Amino acid sequence: MGVITKMDGREKTGLLRIFGNRAIMAAVSVFVIAGVSASAVGCGTTEKNIEEIPTPLKDTLYVYNAGEYIDPELIDMFEEETGINVVYDVFETLEEMYPVIEAGGVIYDCVCPSDYMIEKMLQNNLLQEINYDNIPNIKYIGEDYMKMASEFDPGNKYAVPYTWGTVGILYNTRMLDELGVPYPTKWSDLWNPKLKNEILMQDSVRDAFMVALKKNGFSCNTENPEELDKAKQDLIDQKPIVQAYVIDQVRDKMIGEEAAVGIIYSGEILYVQDELEGTDVNVEYAIPEEGTNLWIDAWVIPKNARNKEYAEKWINFLCRPDVAAKNFEYITYSTPNTGALELLDQEYLDNKAVFPDTKELLKTSEFYHYLGQEGDALYNDRWKTVKSS
Amino acid sequence: MKNKSSRYLASPYIIWIVGFIVIPLLTIVYYGFTDKSGAFTFSNIAEILVWENYRPLYRSLILSAVSTLVCFLLAYPLAMILRWYKIGRGSIIVFIFILPMWMNSLLRILAWQTLLERKGVINGILTAMHLPEQHLINTTAAVLIGMVYDFLPFMILPLYNALMKIDDNTINAAYDLGASFWQVLTKIMLPLTVPGIVSGVTMVFVPALTTFAISNMLGGGKIYLIGNVIEQEFMQDSDWNQGSGLSLVLMMFVIVSMLIVNHFDDKKDMGRGGVI
Amino acid sequence: MTKIKETLSQCYLAFIVLFMYAPIVTLVALSFNSGRSRAQWSGFTFDWYAEMWADQAIMAALRNTIIIAFVSAFIATVLGTMAAIGINNMRSVSRNTVMSITNIPMLNADIVTGISMMLCFIAFRVSLGFHTILIAHITFNLPYVILSVMPKVRQASKDTYEAALDLGATPVQAFFKVVLPELMPGITSGFMLAFTMSLDDFIITHFTRGAGIDTISTLVYSQVRKGIKPTMYALSTVIFLTVFVVLMIGNFAPEWFKKRRKA
Repeated sequence: MGVITKMDGREKTGLLRIFGNRAIMAAVSVFVIAGVSASAVGCGTTEKNIEEIPTPLKDTLYVYNAGEYIDPELIDMFEEETGINVVYDVFETLEEMYPVIEAGGVIYDCVCPSDYMIEKMLQNNLLQEINYDNIPNIKYIGEDYMKMASEFDPGNKYAVPYTWGTVGILYNTRMLDELGVPYPTKWSDLWNPKLKNEILMQDSVRDAFMVALKKNGFSCNTENPEELDKAKQDLIDQKPIVQAYVIDQVRDKMIGEEAAVGIIYSGEILYVQDELEGTDVNVEYAIPEEGTNLWIDAWVIPKNARNKEYAEKWINFLCRPDVAAKNFEYITYSTPNTGALELLDQEYLDNKAVFPDTKELLKTSEFYHYLGQEGDALYNDRWKTVKSS
Repeated sequence: MKNKSSRYLASPYIIWIVGFIVIPLLTIVYYGFTDKSGAFTFSNIAEILVWENYRPLYRSLILSAVSTLVCFLLAYPLAMILRWYKIGRGSIIVFIFILPMWMNSLLRILAWQTLLERKGVINGILTAMHLPEQHLINTTAAVLIGMVYDFLPFMILPLYNALMKIDDNTINAAYDLGASFWQVLTKIMLPLTVPGIVSGVTMVFVPALTTFAISNMLGGGKIYLIGNVIEQEFMQDSDWNQGSGLSLVLMMFVIVSMLIVNHFDDKKDMGRGGVI
Repeated sequence: MTKIKETLSQCYLAFIVLFMYAPIVTLVALSFNSGRSRAQWSGFTFDWYAEMWADQAIMAALRNTIIIAFVSAFIATVLGTMAAIGINNMRSVSRNTVMSITNIPMLNADIVTGISMMLCFIAFRVSLGFHTILIAHITFNLPYVILSVMPKVRQASKDTYEAALDLGATPVQAFFKVVLPELMPGITSGFMLAFTMSLDDFIITHFTRGAGIDTISTLVYSQVRKGIKPTMYALSTVIFLTVFVVLMIGNFAPEWFKKRRKA
């Protein structure tokens, strides 16, 4: 009992005793009033959220997408056009999304994961075939992209590409000039000791290992322990000069000139450049020579979806050229929609960072593949070593 | 108010704690001692002996010990000064020192992030004074500052409470008998405030030992603590067995460290007995 | 000599106050800074407050936080008060067992408590969401309520209750008219404690929340990973001011009223 009697409860209880009990009643009432008014105000501004405490409704479509990954106006537009109610939830990482779909705790009709995750969901039998009769707009999705998507979705039966891009190096030209470091063109440039505390690495296993594997000329899907060990050692060697391992923060940190180079998804470049327009800060994007990860995010329909037809209407809507173009201008992730490309400014299309030549890229770059539990463990274990050291 | 039948008032509570304390703990024990196929194993526990796991645990132990010590060294003089000024419990000054405790702790860590960043407030001030920028964020020191800042009020309060309980006469008597300040501090104040010190130490050490948010927000993913390892096992690697095994180890460390700390206070507690 | 001691003491107090409040003041200042930069002052604005107010995610998180804190504290207070009375009337063996279990959530590291509940929910196929956060918060609030109420239960005299019965009150009447008022100070402080513990919790919520639901703590954590927006500063300021005002009122208003009435 010794431990228990001495636990902090007594002290924490003591915290409030200081104020005496009359005081507490007053405080409680103020809190309650504050709470109620906050909720009331909240209700006023966010009527939509209330619908999100759902009993599954017949005329409702449940969509699950990554955060900040659609122009919110499009959701309203879809609702108006079709009369279908949309409940739109977001996830932060695919790893967070997967167990939700697998456990079926919340049932979604349409989800937008990345290539390797779609492969994993397919292998675990979580998806259902799409009926393309309901998606006439599929004709706008470029053939090249469908072909690329068939790498993780053989026969293109399950996934409709939404966005695509590369992983590359974003760098701040002025800061590099000041440091006297040449602009990076390959991954190995990120091991330059002059860049101490200037590098933002990705804090995710596959992306971090991709960098080190590609640097050594290995495949980013390798399961060869020796290659992985070499990559691991490189990452450990690089750690002292890395400023931070982050995910989505790279974007804001680059805008804020927190670091000179960062590893970033190509979809973020336009946003960063937009934000920096009119300032004296200039950032450029390089796809490293050694090749990189090429990715596609695509819409899929989970096996347990309740409203497959609505999901197909949703996908068809997003494949419409005007919708895809509007969405691109908002999220700035490259669209595979050829119809939309015709509607976009030439200025965008000429931006080789956003729309690189895929044929050229495919010579060196690869998609991630789902490696199975054992394959994942090979990466996870080594990543832990990197993080612990 | 003894009444036999009124003991049944506790039954909803007992059902609750069985369902939401006992069963979850058994679940974590079950996962901790089985492998993926469900067979019994010690390997999840033994994993702590692997370098990748004990290194973060060791780092956590050091950082939480140091932050506890710093908190103590900051808080004790403060509590003594408050006592010296005879600042009572209801006073606004005491209120000021414990107010931050009610502010959301993540927002307080966020504050340090904005201070320490490369283009943060501190470096802004340095640049304005034409001093060179410093690399502050994503260092062990930054994580340490975050821990001290986050948990300091939890050290101040019990120490203050304990010091205020000491009778002035005891201290005056000691001075009258010719004791020096140092003697009064070590022979009277410290021994008499042991219960407060124990509370303060546990309230700082345990959360510091198990945090993962502070190291993530101020360490830039470079300062990997045992809390980060466990969080990663569950939230990213989805390895529940491994994560549970390490959680059980961490739980043992928490219990052992509290037993050690409480050892200093046991004699006082004997007479009181009971739970509160 | 005392002069020096006094100056030193005051300097020390000032130093601690600076250490504690400089970060908070910084957040407040930045919430009015029209630029996004943290190092430069680019002009005064209320824009971030407007933006925060219009931000659905922040408002939903704020609402969730308050609802969860209030409901979990309320349920924990009812369950905990009943339990405290019940436990007090138990034989010492069962009392000690129950109290040992009661102390587990306080004794244990939050991360283990959170994970154990998450595992249990998933193992029993309970989908994670609002209700699982609520259950978790009630669970970790209960010990605080019991610890606050228990001493009052012990102090409560058996005689008044029995006197009430002798005077013809039913047990229920006797409980509400005689026993409960005696316990009230413990109950209110238990409720308040539970409420504040729930407001501030991050770790347990982090593990027991489902996708798509956030409290202020989890929202801050995910926002920080994406990059801090000035709306977060505005939110911090609002929360700090609320806490400040509420505690000021709670602490000093009663005194102030008393003085005025006398005057």
